[in-house]
Amino acid sequence: MNGIVFDIKRYAVHDGPGIRTTIFLKGCPLRCWWCHNPESFSQQIEEFSQCNKLAEKSIETRVKIGKEYAVSQLIKEIEKDQLFFDESGGGVTFSGGEPLLQIDFLDAMLKECRLMDLHTVVDTSGFAPKKHFERIIDSVNLFLFDVKHMDDGEHQKLTGVSNKQILENLKYLIEKGKKLMIRYPMIPGFNDSKENILKMMEFLADWTSQLEIHILPYHRIGRDKYARFHKENRMPDIPSLQEEDARWAKELFEKAGFTVNIGG
Amino acid sequence: MFSLFRGDPYRERGEFVINNDQLIIINFLKTMNKRIKQLRDQSIDAINSISPERALLMTEFYQSDEAQMVSTPVKRALSFKYVFANKKICINANELIVGERGPAPKACPTFPEICIHSLDDLQILNDREKVSFHVDEETRTIYKDIIIPFWKGKTNRDRLISNMTPEWLDAYGAGIFTEFQEQRAPGHTVLGKKMFQKGFLDVKEEIQKAMDQLDFFEDPQAYEKQEELKAMAITCDAIILFANRHAEELERLAKLEKDAKRKIELEQMARVCRKVPAHAPETFHEALQHYWFIHLGVITELNPWDSFNPGRLDQHLQPFYEKEVLSEKLSKEEMYELLQAFWVKFNNHPAPPKMGVTAKESNTYTDFCLINMGGLKEDGSDAVNDMTYVLLDVIEEMRLLQPSSMVQVSKKSPDRFIKRTLKIVKTGFGQPSIFNTDAIVQELLQQGKSIEDARNGGCSGCVETGAFGTENYSLSGYFNLAKILEITLNNGFDSHTKKQIGLQTGKLSSFSSYEDVFTAWQKQVNYFADIKIRGNNVIERLYANYLPVPFLSVLVEDCISKGKDYNAGGARYNTSYVQGVGLGSLADMFSAIHYQVFDQKKISLEELKYAMDQDFVAYDQLRSDLVYNTPKYGNDEAFADDKAIAIFETFYQAINGRPTAKGGVFRINMLPTTCHVYFGNVMGASADGRLAGKPLSEGISPFQGADTKGPTAVVKSASKIDHLRTGGTLLNQKFSPSFMANDTGITQVMNLVRSYFRMDGHHIQFNVVSVETLKDAQKHPENYKDLIVRVAGYSDYFNDLGEDLQNEIIQRNEHKEF
Repeated sequence: MNGIVFDIKRYAVHDGPGIRTTIFLKGCPLRCWWCHNPESFSQQIEEFSQCNKLAEKSIETRVKIGKEYAVSQLIKEIEKDQLFFDESGGGVTFSGGEPLLQIDFLDAMLKECRLMDLHTVVDTSGFAPKKHFERIIDSVNLFLFDVKHMDDGEHQKLTGVSNKQILENLKYLIEKGKKLMIRYPMIPGFNDSKENILKMMEFLADWTSQLEIHILPYHRIGRDKYARFHKENRMPDIPSLQEEDARWAKELFEKAGFTVNIGG
Repeated sequence: MFSLFRGDPYRERGEFVINNDQLIIINFLKTMNKRIKQLRDQSIDAINSISPERALLMTEFYQSDEAQMVSTPVKRALSFKYVFANKKICINANELIVGERGPAPKACPTFPEICIHSLDDLQILNDREKVSFHVDEETRTIYKDIIIPFWKGKTNRDRLISNMTPEWLDAYGAGIFTEFQEQRAPGHTVLGKKMFQKGFLDVKEEIQKAMDQLDFFEDPQAYEKQEELKAMAITCDAIILFANRHAEELERLAKLEKDAKRKIELEQMARVCRKVPAHAPETFHEALQHYWFIHLGVITELNPWDSFNPGRLDQHLQPFYEKEVLSEKLSKEEMYELLQAFWVKFNNHPAPPKMGVTAKESNTYTDFCLINMGGLKEDGSDAVNDMTYVLLDVIEEMRLLQPSSMVQVSKKSPDRFIKRTLKIVKTGFGQPSIFNTDAIVQELLQQGKSIEDARNGGCSGCVETGAFGTENYSLSGYFNLAKILEITLNNGFDSHTKKQIGLQTGKLSSFSSYEDVFTAWQKQVNYFADIKIRGNNVIERLYANYLPVPFLSVLVEDCISKGKDYNAGGARYNTSYVQGVGLGSLADMFSAIHYQVFDQKKISLEELKYAMDQDFVAYDQLRSDLVYNTPKYGNDEAFADDKAIAIFETFYQAINGRPTAKGGVFRINMLPTTCHVYFGNVMGASADGRLAGKPLSEGISPFQGADTKGPTAVVKSASKIDHLRTGGTLLNQKFSPSFMANDTGITQVMNLVRSYFRMDGHHIQFNVVSVETLKDAQKHPENYKDLIVRVAGYSDYFNDLGEDLQNEIIQRNEHKEF
């Protein structure tokens, strides 16, 4: 069983509890305007030219984005930081792209991680058939679940897909009693209206104590990647949000009884 | 008035009253008051200068008849007494702790019996942009007319150089190694707990007892011992005399003082100086003043490298804290004030200036006083106490270059201790650095110390392990492991000095495998290690014979009972360390040769060497491959990390366990101070893609920018060498301030530290400064006069660093928050 991985980030401290290794699986059905990982769109291994900087000179080289891993091979990479997981109560996080797009590989990885007693997190857009969630639910300790927009029309406009299936999956996981962190990427002018937040709160109202909400303020960090990976960037050039700019939303959620974090 | 919130380090330091049910903060105790601010400003603003005072007094004494008639140890003791009997007593306005090595703060003496600064040297010291020392016309004249004519040809440096072999001089000249004791005396020891419980009158009794036991019938060494013990007793008188001279001056000032409050203070200070260091200290104030006289004694007797320091200060002060502060005889406010005043004294004392090569290897005002906190008690229990947190408060508030500080973290240390430390670290002035007590204890046990002596130990200087109060663990010099590969690839020839300095281990064409190259390098390492060790064994005898240190000997056990000088092997334990430099860079060089030449066969060794000799001009593609597409140390991958292990083992085998001239053992540690810059400077371009003259990696850290897999990968790579067989390793990690901005960040940095220490890592330090800040500081140094950064085992003012070192610090991989 092989999967395509486009990055492995060790010492990830914002993708779940403790020190974690985050595996970024390649391929995503969504096309969010603000995405900072445009190299994750395609599930295929892609080749780009990259400039290596040597003082003032730039040397062009070809780089491959994406690497094929067998389950056992990827487990070896994860195992490298076992001691840090143990010390900090951390583990492994699968992110993307949309990790459920490679469901067979993801499922195999999660099952292997469970055998090794590793704490597992899946960071998902929620856009996948429900049966995929049914398949992995028992092998996942915690879901990081994106909620981008409550209005279906807006959601389609901003991400390219409907939010119907996403919200259905979210409800399924919550009702199964699964531990969840809702991730709300707060993009100025796109989904930061009070109305949207109120709708989100209404949808989640029954489960305030079960959920934690993480507001992720928009960051320009991925901008230069679009040119580098020859992807079209539709996102207007707006400044990054500061933590202070998201505080009003935090307070709004908190008033309704949610536990809220800014910055994940 | 009472203290609330005991146990909360942030609120504990405040005093509160409840008035009409309202909590009113009266005073934040740890905040500097007006007096301390003034003393601190005075210290920071004082201009570093050369004072001829000590050199002049030393010359007068050496010219006297008395000096000609006595044994060497007694002569040294009398010269020490002569300086303390005649030097200017300096009491700065509003001081609480008194005593200066020179006539004024930052007025730095020279040590002509060790080496003399020529008029040119003085000019350079005065004129140079970084780490300069002002030399006025009068001083210049004194050196020209009196000091230089008397000492020329008679210094220990002259003696040392004339005793070295041509091979030693060639290797030294080429930058294969440096020699610590060429311009500074063997030092590197730290005060143990004994002297916080004894006065010098008590010590004199001990000396007398040892004298009484001398056996002139059976012990052929009896005369030498008698002279050494006599000398020790003279130094005890000298330090008491010095304190009494301060008392007299304080009494005089008290009489003149108009301000009633200050008058009482001066009288009290005079009483303290009458009591200590003659008698054991009984109060907090006495303990600090007592240590300070001892400190001045050690750094005036000679210029030991590194500076002496009080070591486990929280352990030493806790009894005084319990006695006085908990019983409210001394208010917390007064306690903080005394400690802050004590801190300022260290900052008034820059390292004596070096010259030539030695200035390049360690050019800084810092004199490496490393205060230790935390760790374990002698009985093995956790040593973190009230004073630990008080001292951390003082460090955070004072933000001074000196003294430097470190925390010892054992598996028994509470999380609160580490988190409190990291909250200071994240403010970005590079202190405290963090050490693994469990590793330190194992290192010391492995070296044959008793478990109690091991637990009383710690680290000093940058990261050097020692048993405090019982060991002479001198550093002997940096060893350029990377340069030796360059020499190997040139068949023993040094293209820098244009001399054949190494063995002929074969032309490039004779190397048919990676192992051939590595074996040739090993042969060269052994060859140069022999040269280095032979040299050090001579140098150690020179110090034992000509420059004994009877005062330092009084402080370190068992010099008195053995009747033997510190420099002659009188201490209970004796270690001479050789410091390996360039581990990360060299691992990358070997990795490049193995990978590109022998594994991937992309280039021949001759071609690679040719490109290196051209400094990679017109070899951009090759250099890009070497920099970006070659396995590098620091990424938790075996290919390059295995090279680091093999380098470490070779160096260890070459040095460790060999006997020293003072009856001790040679051992290794891995630290560079700033020598990785000098060592890179004497090298051409290298196989890792580094350009000619550029710095090497420092300590056991990966080469700047070579680590791309994050801090867990770095600490895993770094823990692959066996720290427990060293006397200290240095690992530098850079974080942007945003990473430690919240509790999650702090907790995960703590977990990183704990994990590294579970893998037996010796030390880790964090630079928490944003790249933008540093770049701006380079452009506008005027706005960043107080910017202190972690360099390598110590902190320094960013403005005082050379441009190379500034660039390096900027380039060090910054682990950003995403």
